[in-house]
Amino acid sequence: MTDIPLLSLTIFLPLLGALVILLIKEDENSVNNIKKVALWTSVGVFLLSLLIWLQFDNSNANYQFQEKFRWFNDFNFYYHIGIDGISLFMVILSTFLTPLCILASWESIKIRVKEYMIAFLFLETVMIGMFASVDILLFYIFFEAVLIPMYLIIGIWGGERRIYASFKFFLYTLLGSVLMLIAIVVIYRLTDSMSIEGLQGNYFSKNTQIYLWLAFFASFAVKIPMWPFHTWLPDAHVEAPTAGSVILAGVLLKMGGYGFIRFSLGMLPEASAYFSPLIMTLSIVAVVYTSLVALAQTDIKKLIAYSSVAHMGLVTIGIFVVNSQGLEGAMIQMISHGVVSGALFLCVGVIYDRMHTRDINFYGGLVNRMPIYATVFMIFMLGSVGLPGTSGFIGEFLVIVGAFKYSSIVVIGAATGIVLSAVYMLYLYKRIIFGMITNDKLSEILDLNNREKIILIPLAIAVIFIGIFPNIFIEPMRLPLDSIITNYEYANAK
Amino acid sequence: MQNNLVHMLFVPEIALSILSVTCLMYGLFTKTNAFNKSINFATFSLLIITVLVFFDFSTNFAFFDNFFSNTPFTKFFKILTTLGAASSLIISKNYFIDTKINRFEIPTLLLFSTLGMMIMISSKNLMIMYLAIELQSLSLYVVASIKRNSIESAESGVKYFILGALSSGILLYGFSLIYGFTGHTSFDGIAQSLSQIDSLPIGLIFGLVFVLVGLAFKVSAVPFHMWTPDVYEGAPTSITAFFAIVPKLAAIALIFRFCLEPFNNFYFEWTQVIFFLSVASMFLGAIAAIAQKNLKRLLAYSSIGHVGYVLIALVASSEQGLKSASIYMFIYLIMNIAVFSILLSLKKSDSYVETISSLSGLSKSNPVISASLAIIMLSMAGIPPFIGFFGKFYVFIAAIESQLYSLAVLGVLASVISAFYYLRIIKGMYFDDLIDSSSFEFSISTQSKVILVILMIVISFFILYPSLLTDIVANIYL
Repeated sequence: MTDIPLLSLTIFLPLLGALVILLIKEDENSVNNIKKVALWTSVGVFLLSLLIWLQFDNSNANYQFQEKFRWFNDFNFYYHIGIDGISLFMVILSTFLTPLCILASWESIKIRVKEYMIAFLFLETVMIGMFASVDILLFYIFFEAVLIPMYLIIGIWGGERRIYASFKFFLYTLLGSVLMLIAIVVIYRLTDSMSIEGLQGNYFSKNTQIYLWLAFFASFAVKIPMWPFHTWLPDAHVEAPTAGSVILAGVLLKMGGYGFIRFSLGMLPEASAYFSPLIMTLSIVAVVYTSLVALAQTDIKKLIAYSSVAHMGLVTIGIFVVNSQGLEGAMIQMISHGVVSGALFLCVGVIYDRMHTRDINFYGGLVNRMPIYATVFMIFMLGSVGLPGTSGFIGEFLVIVGAFKYSSIVVIGAATGIVLSAVYMLYLYKRIIFGMITNDKLSEILDLNNREKIILIPLAIAVIFIGIFPNIFIEPMRLPLDSIITNYEYANAK
Repeated sequence: MQNNLVHMLFVPEIALSILSVTCLMYGLFTKTNAFNKSINFATFSLLIITVLVFFDFSTNFAFFDNFFSNTPFTKFFKILTTLGAASSLIISKNYFIDTKINRFEIPTLLLFSTLGMMIMISSKNLMIMYLAIELQSLSLYVVASIKRNSIESAESGVKYFILGALSSGILLYGFSLIYGFTGHTSFDGIAQSLSQIDSLPIGLIFGLVFVLVGLAFKVSAVPFHMWTPDVYEGAPTSITAFFAIVPKLAAIALIFRFCLEPFNNFYFEWTQVIFFLSVASMFLGAIAAIAQKNLKRLLAYSSIGHVGYVLIALVASSEQGLKSASIYMFIYLIMNIAVFSILLSLKKSDSYVETISSLSGLSKSNPVISASLAIIMLSMAGIPPFIGFFGKFYVFIAAIESQLYSLAVLGVLASVISAFYYLRIIKGMYFDDLIDSSSFEFSISTQSKVILVILMIVISFFILYPSLLTDIVANIYL
């Protein structure tokens, strides 16, 4: 191993960029410098994270790139970070989406650019830090600190009902996460340890596990979000600026799934088995019900927001069937959803920037004026539907395979959801893109400019790349996921 | 130890009393600029006292019927008290001068009140405790109504006085019952006589409850909090700053010592009362603050809420509880000094900012100040990575260690509710636009700027080296 603390560097480089921006005085001339600093910082972070991927050892199930320092003298809390196959792609997802988001905000954010960029870079630090934490307290601090920049991003640069949405987002997710805080303290009191790595296993009695599991559930179910705790999501998505929605859907929702795998499955296997019927029920309801709700939406962003809930329902099914197909499927589905839904929000942003409305009925026939746009939109739409060859297919297929081992009723529910997702996505696509232009205002609409192409094309490549070479992504996570499954089966075989 | 005269004379308290009298004389016989000179003198005296307390290594001593306790716990709280008093004087100096309530009596009275608090923190005897509380309160009654031409100020003073006198009466009645049933006024004596019985007689329970009611009034725990919002709102902001920062420290220290020293064995009896006070304070503090428009009232409710959290640590009644409470009060002190140093310097169209709505659009004209205020608010709401989170975290550690799961859960729920109104202030500054064209003016003296900068660094970067505080607190015992 090299002596360079690569992971810490990745985590704190965005913060450094934010500090540089803080020192730039905002005026008309320097606005561009601010944007450039933000962009190049985030690109640098992305390259660093690719470097981590290159040096990553697939045959090692443990945390790699570990760094550990004593943090509190009176308790066993450490500044302990590391990366394993589960968190690797979450980190890369965050570092991949952030520069695209900054680029996407290049022109649409006109006021308070300085604060916006600082908020975004701070958000990036917090996201990477959260996925890289091996100490639970550190994890919690990052987990909650996400709320601050996101609250500001929604509240300052959001739409009309931004204040309502930002408060709802903040308080709803805070309510979930404070219960997790109690669970964390309880875990510490019982084991005197805060290491996520060291606590993987079955250290608690079943009764304790059930309470701890519920506390973690409160937090992750709100975050991911599961039906019926999803009501903050449509509001937050609709009111957030485009880039905010991208990060929200692309990364923040994944925190819930990541938490389920790490904490619920990894530390509380008996309770996870005990509660898995509950999760399955809620997930199936989410998949079917929110798909139907999505079908009825007239706001494009809201439709995609509801589709996120449905897709996350598949993720929770995949996680709690606890077999290698299900878990790998859930992970791939999370990565795929991160890319696809992020891209879809960016696509909405493209036409929103031009027309300032997200009403589906306003649009129609865009293919006539925007052929390139129609093409990339189609790739993402099909990725979301799960067409073979796209990333969505791998995730959905593996989840279904995994679910077969669990119960065929679950499969029926999940498959219904997948069919419905095709219905609402294709219907959306048809209404926006196909047909003739009936609205006069659209007659002058322009196709993607170069900046937008630079944003959307990497995402389109990613969608297809994951769909064709899923093994590159599954390989690193196989061992850590297998150890979670072994541990789970061992705990429940007693 | 006995032959060491310096230790016998509990130097810091005596020094402070001498300095207080000197300050009075100094102010009285100075012809020009009496206020300026006396407030500088008072600040300087408090800093000297801080140093004296810091180097006061004498432990409990057995003179005067054991009436005075000197332990790391009391020392820690005394340092907080004197530092808090000194910084509240520094940050409010300009405000006093600007609003023309620059009377030299104020620093003098505040010095006397600080003296009372220091004795309160250390008192180990019911009589001393009462005298100290009265010395502290009487000075504060006067300063609350110091702005004689203002009806609100007079009202707040009278309200404070009447309710304070009532609580003192209840307190005294409680003392008399305790004395009647145990035959002692000293904490040690009471503890000794209680160690011989298995359950508290009904009279003693009444005495205990009465004393707790009196003390709850002093820390403004619900349902004895009624005076707090009115006094905070009515008093001049500089006085409010002192009220919010300093007396709470002393009263919290005292309530801890009273519960954990003489009545330590009857844990079950007093924790029920404290449990209720704690839950009620957290929730009322959180819910009532939502409706407030005035920042000072809001801070009053917020301080009520904070007291609720500290009381969780008391219910835990463990060593960890003591440490957590010390950490929490330290953090409370820091956040309050910071927030008041901003409120005392921020003007809008020539009047000091007092309502939430008047903060609208602050982030556009004064980005640094509004960012600081936002960080303080998030910290008060207990959102990581700021210091306030660690205060709550330590309190919850203490609660879980004593298996007070329900209290911990109620605590976090209340913290979510309270997050709402802290966020509302941020919303005002960041999301709302400037309502009228009048611009903000932020004028701050160099000294208070230094204090503010230091505090902001502590609040924001405490996370990097938390052991700085926790190491100090690690050795605390009663």
